[in-house]
Amino acid sequence: MMLYQTSQLTDRPYGAIRRNMRSLTTTGLILGAAIGLSACVQVSAPDKPIVINLNINIKQEVVYRLDGDAKDLINKEADIF
Amino acid sequence: MFEQVKKNKALAIIGGLILTAVVAAPVMAQRDPAYEAARSSGKIGEKPDGYLGYVTAPSPAIKALVEDINIKRKAAYTRKAQETNSTVEQFAFTSGCNLIMRTAPGEKYQTPAGTWNTRDASDPVRDSRCLN
Repeated sequence: MMLYQTSQLTDRPYGAIRRNMRSLTTTGLILGAAIGLSACVQVSAPDKPIVINLNINIKQEVVYRLDGDAKDLINKEADIF
Repeated sequence: MFEQVKKNKALAIIGGLILTAVVAAPVMAQRDPAYEAARSSGKIGEKPDGYLGYVTAPSPAIKALVEDINIKRKAAYTRKAQETNSTVEQFAFTSGCNLIMRTAPGEKYQTPAGTWNTRDASDPVRDSRCLN
């Protein structure tokens, strides 16, 4: 019967344990990366139809150009404004 | 002496009538009292699209009044849109910006989100494309 040091709980060589640990770490990293990546790529389809607002035909520059005429109309036909 | 006074009085009355007519002429182009009342009571308000809208369910009289004004507004917008080479919607929207800005405190206006706000002393909530 061999006598072990209290800190040594196995008779396997130290290098073998290190190798085992390393492979475990690598597996863990790959698994983690895979899970992480798959989480990022996940896209859920919208349950509502996509609505594109086409209210872009009125631009700021148009408002700017027409503002004077609009004010003029409101002043001239005050009974309907 | 008495004759003179009588003559002056008559002249003063005529003068007063003429003055009233001159002053009253621009007032003729002002809002109808029923329209003004509906506005100030908050039953109707200005929408961002340049037309009037109902804040509360309208009575037949208010419905008729608003429809009549909106038809007249659309006609005016159409005419001005042709003059300015723009679309009716563009001209109506620009007018709406101004009309909401001109609402008096206590009157209602519609925000771009669709809610009816009561105008107070602060600037109204308007579309980001509106000018000052």
